[in-house]
Amino acid sequence: MPLALRLQRVSFAYGHAPPVLRDVDLEVERGEFVAIAGPNGGGKTTLVRLVVGLEEPTSGRVELLVRKVGYLPQRAQAGIDAPVTVRELVTTGRASRTRLVGPLSGADREAVRQAIDRVALTPQADRRLSTLSGGQQQRAFIAKALAAEPELLVLDEPTTGVDVEAQDAIAALLQRLRNELGMTILYVSHEFGAVERFVERIVLVRGSIVFDGPPSGLPDVWHDPSHAHA
Amino acid sequence: MLELEFMRLAFGAGIVVGLLAPAVGFFLVQRRLSLVGDGIGHVAFAGVALGYLLNLPLVLTALVVSVTGGLSIEWIRARRRTAGDQALALIFYTGIAGGVVLVSAAGALNVNLFQFLFGSILTVTRGDLAVIAALGACALVTIALLYRPLVAVVVDEEGARVAGLPVAALNALTVALAAVTIALSMRIVGILLIAALMVLPVIAASRIAWSMRSTILLGMGIGLGSVLAGITIAYYADLPPGGTTVLVAAATVLAAEFWSVVRG
Repeated sequence: MPLALRLQRVSFAYGHAPPVLRDVDLEVERGEFVAIAGPNGGGKTTLVRLVVGLEEPTSGRVELLVRKVGYLPQRAQAGIDAPVTVRELVTTGRASRTRLVGPLSGADREAVRQAIDRVALTPQADRRLSTLSGGQQQRAFIAKALAAEPELLVLDEPTTGVDVEAQDAIAALLQRLRNELGMTILYVSHEFGAVERFVERIVLVRGSIVFDGPPSGLPDVWHDPSHAHA
Repeated sequence: MLELEFMRLAFGAGIVVGLLAPAVGFFLVQRRLSLVGDGIGHVAFAGVALGYLLNLPLVLTALVVSVTGGLSIEWIRARRRTAGDQALALIFYTGIAGGVVLVSAAGALNVNLFQFLFGSILTVTRGDLAVIAALGACALVTIALLYRPLVAVVVDEEGARVAGLPVAALNALTVALAAVTIALSMRIVGILLIAALMVLPVIAASRIAWSMRSTILLGMGIGLGSVLAGITIAYYADLPPGGTTVLVAAATVLAAEFWSVVRG
């Protein structure tokens, strides 16, 4: 399978602080569903920020080999006080696929409708985001990322503050998206129990990559017991 | 009232300003940059002073200096070398101090600067109205055309960056629009009060709106209503129009807050 991204001997430090990441090598194939896990402060978020281009490596090389990236940042929330509907939020995710100037085309409206439908929020499409549950809000943000029809979907802690049931629902949704659309998914979380049964690879990051392999290869002590089916 | 030409000119300029200020203010308020309007207003004072010194049209010099000041605030903020409020303070105080020095150098300290600081509808000329209408229409059309990418940046700046939108250019455009609004509005509500007209109608609208789009449109409606009511009340009650307009806008915030509490 062709690669979606490649990191070669990547190190990163914020300013003059000690490096957050040291000599990271990582290759992800197109269509892979990869969980990136590890302790808080271990460098997971920094790793994906390097992948999506929000940070530049101090040394080494980051190659993104797909064109369209959907990104769900940590603790995603609409950065505004004004009421925003699900449809309005998802429409903002379409901005990269449309011309900059002028109204949305019919095809773009259809893409937005499909993105909302894929996360099963069609009945809530014109409701204000703030009136939805935490799990529904996260699904709305996933739809926002999907609206750009990305080849690579990067989700940073998408289940923070969401109950276990909703975490499982989000994990199942991602698995379905991956199967139906063939997209590459990077799923960052310190609680990866919900996706353990779906991903082919778990990459554990603690300053560098300390484990990279199938979930079955994880030492028992690292499995998350909060998800009974795991 | 409308048989007086200066009132017709004031209403004409007021309609443009009442619609434009909240439309631009929406993007500042949502980016939590409400005070940028205030900062640029102080810079506009230096522009007025420069106009006196160089004997140039004051709206033109205020416009050029405001846009330069606004872009400077955004440039400093975007590079994160300085916290946003510190960048604002630097431009804010440099603007007002520069204005005082320039006015003094122009020998114009005895000029009635009150009209620029707090507005004076008597000072709106036909030429002013033509400039305000033309630039105001351009600014509103720009917002309408670039509405989607501007909103995308406001909702999720990092997401917009990853998506490849020209975030820095769109942010610069937002402060440039704010600067244009302030330069155009200084005759109506004054450079010390214009920021209020950019912010208060948006706050009021966000209390009663049901979507982003309705927030902007309601904000523009509240801004327009505040200006028209403010000028009318000021005319009949012999009050300063800038202050009266802002008080009307503030009253709409209280009314909207009350409505949202009652509605639950």
